[in-house]
Amino acid sequence: MRAWPERTASRQPLCAVPVGTGSRRKTISDIIRGFIEALRLILDRDPAVVEIVLLSLRVSGIALFFSALIGIPLGIVLGLSRFVGRRLVVALLYTGMGFPPVVVGLFVYMMLSRSGPLGQLGVSAIPSLFTPGAMVVAQTIISFPLVAGFTMAAVMGVDPQLRQQVLSLGATRWQTALTLLIEARLGVLVSVIAGFGSIISEVGAVMMVGGNIEHSTRVLTTAIVLETNKGKFSLALALGVILLILSFLANVTVLRLQGRALDE
Amino acid sequence: MDIVYHLQDVTKEYGGRCVLNVKELDIHRAEIFGLVGPSGVGKSTLLRLLNFLEPPTTGSIRFLGAALDARQPVPLDLRRRVTTVFQRPILLNQTVAANVAFGLRLRGKRDSGTVIKDALSQVGLEGLAHRQARTLSGGELQRVALARAMVLRPDVLLLDEPTANLDPYNVALIEDIARMINQEFGTTLVMVTHNIFQARRLAHRVGFLLNCDLVEVADADRFFNQPSDPRTAAFVRGEMVY
Repeated sequence: MRAWPERTASRQPLCAVPVGTGSRRKTISDIIRGFIEALRLILDRDPAVVEIVLLSLRVSGIALFFSALIGIPLGIVLGLSRFVGRRLVVALLYTGMGFPPVVVGLFVYMMLSRSGPLGQLGVSAIPSLFTPGAMVVAQTIISFPLVAGFTMAAVMGVDPQLRQQVLSLGATRWQTALTLLIEARLGVLVSVIAGFGSIISEVGAVMMVGGNIEHSTRVLTTAIVLETNKGKFSLALALGVILLILSFLANVTVLRLQGRALDE
Repeated sequence: MDIVYHLQDVTKEYGGRCVLNVKELDIHRAEIFGLVGPSGVGKSTLLRLLNFLEPPTTGSIRFLGAALDARQPVPLDLRRRVTTVFQRPILLNQTVAANVAFGLRLRGKRDSGTVIKDALSQVGLEGLAHRQARTLSGGELQRVALARAMVLRPDVLLLDEPTANLDPYNVALIEDIARMINQEFGTTLVMVTHNIFQARRLAHRVGFLLNCDLVEVADADRFFNQPSDPRTAAFVRGEMVY
């Protein structure tokens, strides 16, 4: 595998293969070769790949933290209490769960741009456009409705009788809420992982508010777009494989947890 | 006679429909009070009022000498001196021991290992402490529910049809446990049942609820042998009165 670059050094670079004009077999073998090169980049821990992966995980991880901070309490309140306007909030939440990320990107862009309502303020706590902070804001807005919605469903799935029985055993309101949250723990965990899956693979919003700046705001998805456009398929494929693995792991974990929740 | 509960003109309505109307009712300390009547006459509603899970629509409840205002939440320390074992107990998705310790943990009490062990052996489940609660049978669930109530040493234990849907063996076991809790700890028991034979076996005094009214309250002996109200007599004889 290590000898491969030398052997192909004389061949045309991948990007120079015109799609549709070359024979089909050649295209497929190029893809396979690109895939092997991608695996090599991953196994060699190519510095460019590592940097992009770490930034992606950092941005999405921080966004997930804020999503959980907002989404879990919101989900509990919506799942446990009845108040005027609850239906409206739930409807908004469901809308948020299916909201096009690109529109979130547009909204955050307009808010944070230097002439926008938040950008004008010049407060240091508000991130400027084209920084990881701006991407965190966009990803938080994309994922917190998912976290809140799934948490609400999980809390509502706990037997309604349990609440009365916990109260009758002498629980305060806070203790009751905490007990129900612990009972719904698997569902809450599912909500957080689903939130992660939604933002790690999102491209439109981070492209708009992050700008895909090398060494600064270039994450997995935006890098894949760029490298594909440049024709550097092997790097794009390497990043794609990593993204697939991350996304796959998140989904497998969700399915496993949901399976356990159903068994119990 | 020491009075635990004193109810005066207590009513409960849901959406304008009366589900309970009690002119006056005293529950005495350390007695077993049986509450009988057909389904849907307000027996469980009365228990929820006694456990302060909801306030009465009108009227007043005195509990352990304290007059309670229906518009104010009941003070936590008073609320924690009574608990209910429900017809369908819901346990937490944890071990049996964790479930029995739950009420103690709510009260901030720790290191209750021997208390838990004793309670489990008193309900005949000493071997199941580390089992997951979801793997238990119906009778075992109900005995864990009794154990988790028992460890709290409440002044009053409310039982809401605790043996409905159980087999005769578990019914006998649970009746024995209830009797033991009453005799050994001096706990006042208020037991809802639609089974008059169970009331006869256990209760010292019996109240008869019909169509949201408390028709008659009497000592068990008198209730079953010389009821003063013809409707009670018909119910005791097993004739339909509703």
